[in-house]
Amino acid sequence: MATIAPERPRSRKLSEGPKPPGRERDRVFRWFTFLAALLVLLILALIFVSTVNQSWDWFSTRGLRAVFSSRWNQKVYPRGTANAGQPIPGSGFGAWALIFGTLYTSFVAILLAVPLSVGIALFTTDVGPRWLRNPVGYVVDLLAVVPSVVFGLWGVFVLATPIRNVYQSVADFFAGVPVLDKIFTGNPLLGTSVMTAGLILAIMITPIITSLTREVLATVPIAQKEGALALGATRWEMIRGAIFPHSRSGIVASVMIGLGRAMGETIAVALVIGAAVRVSPALFSPNNTLAAIIAQNFGEAQGIQRSALIGLGVVLFVITLLVNVMARAVLNRGERRLAAGK
Amino acid sequence: MTAPTSLLTPRRGTTGRHVRNRVATVGIWLALFIVLVPLVAVIGSVIVKGASSLSGNFLTQDINKITNGQKLADAFAKVAGKQSTQDGIKPAIVGTLLITGFATLMAVPLGILGGVYLNEYGGKNHFARVLRFLTEVMTGVPSIVMGLFIFSIVVVKTGFSLGWNVSGFAGSLALGCLMLPVVIRATEEMLKLVPNELREASYALGARKSKTIVSVVLPAAAAGIVSGALLAVARAAGETAPLVFVIGITRTTNTNIFSGGNVALSTEIFRNALSYGSYAAARNRAWGEALVLIVIALTFTLLARLVTAMFTRRRAA
Repeated sequence: MATIAPERPRSRKLSEGPKPPGRERDRVFRWFTFLAALLVLLILALIFVSTVNQSWDWFSTRGLRAVFSSRWNQKVYPRGTANAGQPIPGSGFGAWALIFGTLYTSFVAILLAVPLSVGIALFTTDVGPRWLRNPVGYVVDLLAVVPSVVFGLWGVFVLATPIRNVYQSVADFFAGVPVLDKIFTGNPLLGTSVMTAGLILAIMITPIITSLTREVLATVPIAQKEGALALGATRWEMIRGAIFPHSRSGIVASVMIGLGRAMGETIAVALVIGAAVRVSPALFSPNNTLAAIIAQNFGEAQGIQRSALIGLGVVLFVITLLVNVMARAVLNRGERRLAAGK
Repeated sequence: MTAPTSLLTPRRGTTGRHVRNRVATVGIWLALFIVLVPLVAVIGSVIVKGASSLSGNFLTQDINKITNGQKLADAFAKVAGKQSTQDGIKPAIVGTLLITGFATLMAVPLGILGGVYLNEYGGKNHFARVLRFLTEVMTGVPSIVMGLFIFSIVVVKTGFSLGWNVSGFAGSLALGCLMLPVVIRATEEMLKLVPNELREASYALGARKSKTIVSVVLPAAAAGIVSGALLAVARAAGETAPLVFVIGITRTTNTNIFSGGNVALSTEIFRNALSYGSYAAARNRAWGEALVLIVIALTFTLLARLVTAMFTRRRAA
């Protein structure tokens, strides 16, 4: 990487004569690669500009209420009528309840996925029998191959009906317990709910958190692990005393990337969350997320409704961008520290 | 860390710390089995329920004409009995392959060039660092946002947009945007592994940098790049959110990706499950489509693994 291509000597005489062969081609090739890399910056900028442009009606007419109002009742006059696309009195287009739903479902997913992912990552680096480590890695990666829509299909047609009974008994168990009976309940109690969405999301983000955590765990110096074991630590003490302190920030960053995925996951959630916009802690009742409501309603949307749905996309883009920027910054800092401190 | 008594541990497994160790080990094994359950359950359901749909001309027929909202129930009721002979998903299979194929044609060459810039030219300079960081961040952009982006800049007729209307190509653009950062990252990682001696040997023979990259560096990393690109294709083939409102809809096979509505397996599954989920015929069709989609995604994943396996064996030899 650090190798420098030999430059032809730039003497005046040479530049006066015929140009050395291939020099132009070299420059053109460099420019092409540069433009291709620049495309990333261009696309990110265009995503922001074009979606803000299309949702400007929503942002500009509602100001802060666009994001901080929790009234979402997307009624507009239908196509072909005089005021087509205009809001019907009583409608509301506030993103707050959906931001809540997004954070809530991804929080549930993270709670479920983190112990699993870190456990499996430890299995593949330190705990599992050596012959089983790579196969387990492959199998967990297989989960990432299953398309999101297939998880959604399975969630709504296979999981949702029987799991309702489980929810019912959990809700019965916590009935009457202060605080908890507000969370472990449903109104109505349904199989398509925050909890089901959280479960499906947890399955879907486990592969990414696992593979990122594996990379972080692989950077723990073997001398530290062996040192801990030599001092008489059990394997679990070695994990807690040598592995976790060394990789804590990396694991946190991996989890944040998983969080970003969970918040942006659309189709599976759209199918299993049941579509009800509200700020409610009830785990077993329907809710909705930013991404899911776009997928459910965008097809027929028009006028201010379409503008608002694209605006929800902008909100989602900004939130996931922030999460990813923070997470990647932490991961990169860890890598640099490792490269410098070796 | 532990009480001094543990230094005199009499027998393994009797003191608290050894019990805790065992509990942790069991917990980690348990995590593995918990993750296997949904994997087996999902793939099992898809195979069992999907296989029963794959009868007759399911793979070669057009999608049944059921569009009119009012007559939906009647239509499905009529079709339910003789679905296998009338209903099919060929347009969706063709659509998925075409849309993903065009996305690959756009994203893979550009991604490889971008990766070449980051590793071979940019290296550690500031600008390359920023671009590398943005590439990583871009892998986290939600796919639905990519769909909205392409809708806003290619499909819609108002504002700051090309106004091309819905088409398979719009879907390809959305998938291409999702694949681009993945291919760039994979390329860069693979180029990092190419030993510098190879580049130096090429320079010593008088080759220019572009010549060195094209005929020495890229071939050395080819297998890894191909494998990374195949994984990106497998992911893209299953994406729904970026396609669902930019490709439109069709019930007959549309091989013209640049004009007219198109349809993909993923968007068909979503539509059948979300809107017509209460009709048995729609549900069966969705399961059949899910099976075909998983087979396509798995094929690309296995190809990627195969390429990697060949690559590592050759390196070891």
